Amino acid sequence: MSEASGTNESYSDELIKGLNEKARIFRREILEMTTSVGSGHPSSALSAIDVITALYFHHMRHNPKDPGWEDRDRFVLSKGHGCPALYAVLAEAGYFPKAELTTHRRLGSILQGHPDMKTPGVEFPTGSLGLGLSAGCGMALAGKLDKKDYRVYVMLGDGELDEGNVWEAAMSAAHYKLDNLIAIIDRNKFQVDGPTEEIMAVDPLPDKWMSFGWNEMEIDGHDMREILESLKQAKKMKGKPTAIIAHTTKGKGVSFIEGNNRYHGKALSKEELSLALQELK
Amino acid sequence: MEKVATREAYGDALVELGTENKDIVVLDADISVSTGTHKFAEKFPNRHFDFGVAEQNMMVAAAGLSVCGKIPIASTFAAFAIERALNQIRQSIAYPNLNVKIVATHGGISVGADGASHQTTTDIAVMRTMPNMTVIVPADAIETKVAVRAAVDYKGPVYVRLGRPPVPLVYEEGYRHCGNPLRFEIGRAVTLRDGKDVTVIATGIMVAEALAAAEILTKKEIDARVINVHTIKPLDEEVVMKAAGETRAIVTAEEHSILGGLGGAIAEILVEHFPVPVVRVGVKDKFGESGSAEELIKKYGLTAMDIVNAAQNVVQKKNRSTGDENQV
Repeated sequence: MSEASGTNESYSDELIKGLNEKARIFRREILEMTTSVGSGHPSSALSAIDVITALYFHHMRHNPKDPGWEDRDRFVLSKGHGCPALYAVLAEAGYFPKAELTTHRRLGSILQGHPDMKTPGVEFPTGSLGLGLSAGCGMALAGKLDKKDYRVYVMLGDGELDEGNVWEAAMSAAHYKLDNLIAIIDRNKFQVDGPTEEIMAVDPLPDKWMSFGWNEMEIDGHDMREILESLKQAKKMKGKPTAIIAHTTKGKGVSFIEGNNRYHGKALSKEELSLALQELK
Repeated sequence: MEKVATREAYGDALVELGTENKDIVVLDADISVSTGTHKFAEKFPNRHFDFGVAEQNMMVAAAGLSVCGKIPIASTFAAFAIERALNQIRQSIAYPNLNVKIVATHGGISVGADGASHQTTTDIAVMRTMPNMTVIVPADAIETKVAVRAAVDYKGPVYVRLGRPPVPLVYEEGYRHCGNPLRFEIGRAVTLRDGKDVTVIATGIMVAEALAAAEILTKKEIDARVINVHTIKPLDEEVVMKAAGETRAIVTAEEHSILGGLGGAIAEILVEHFPVPVVRVGVKDKFGESGSAEELIKKYGLTAMDIVNAAQNVVQKKNRSTGDENQV
């Protein structure tokens, strides 16, 4: 359908710069927290971080001091393995102390290997792919029932779209006219075993969403202006849910991780981390 | 003897509860006319969500509704609830301990002519081994109403398993037994008949069969205690241990596999704390098939006579182990 562009003038350079700067720091934290424990999913987090930064630091209505605020916008990280990105963002937003980041994946940590509701700010437990959009449907339905105007944002991976459960949710979202539900697909074109189009081809994506009764948009998932504009447009949509296909690079920000699927479920070594941080200065 | 389908009572209970509590929402997966939720749908159409033939989506949507303050009750056939949407239930409801009720109908094999694809003999086993899950199997339509109410009042995940056909009433109106008013409590088993020679611990439709068996056993000079364990998890260990201690011979009876369900739960407790002979009445590790409910109950060994035989068998085992063949 449409690409989100053309009205970029409403975002100041200062705003964009500020968000990019935050994302840069989050990229460092993603790599640090996964290297610290020696496991995790760095490259999946790196492709997602710009969108999540935009959501929490500009677009969404939320209050870290009141995580249960009934009128808040909700975010569900359906691609739960990307959680280092979410944790870095939630810490900076003030949901919990930054010191917790180095406990990620360790015994007793509030930052579990995949999103858990025991973490302040996490709306729904994920990890088993394909469920987050269904949860989003439930939350959006509740919003309609209660006549509230909060929005529900669900980020999915593109490999995740292999799961049939996703399409059950997509169908029901259109059926129930959940225009308060926005799916953001982190289209980094890789899954675990290789490129998506080699393992289980998922294209043509825009067509799929459209045929399921959704509005759809395609953006550069690393361009803050496009991200913000698409979120703004999505919020205005009536009668249909919206899918924002965010074209991204897995491992974005570090040259030797970009396009190298080896780092899907593998943390950087200390030496590699040192090199990576040089690039993220 | 009056027979009422538990899913009919469920539908009525939903309307009552839905009238009292506006936070209750009901979800179904295209079989509202079969599960009984259609009664709620007719009265409260804006609070009933049909997800079509998509059980997995339904379960997680229920979880999403619950984190926004609703009390979701999700229904489908037991086979599809548990065997189709198990990961969804585990990840989205049990693990985060959310306040979602799963009320599944068409449990067991009494589903009848639809056959094996629509029957399940393993749902109790699967759900009782899930952490944070409460598992209730009401004995009749009257107990169904109070059980569903209790499930809704309870804060946390609950699985209630109902059946398809009309089944005999065990209780009287107002949840009474032999005129005595009772109080339904999750986790508290009900001793319906006292006895000293053997205890039949039953659940669901097997409770009525157990009471019938006890009558037959009296004529054979075996005095049987009958306990209704409507809550498989958490199990009323106190009542079970007391029965083991006092009667020293146990029969378990369920419309379910003899592997892992009520029989498994009882055996686990007793082996560890108070080993006495246990004989399990249930489906012997088989899938079901098409037939009438009556034919299937008979073919798969779920009648009062099967309980009678099991009771005689376990009493013999008891006497052998105490070295006294002549005593009961």
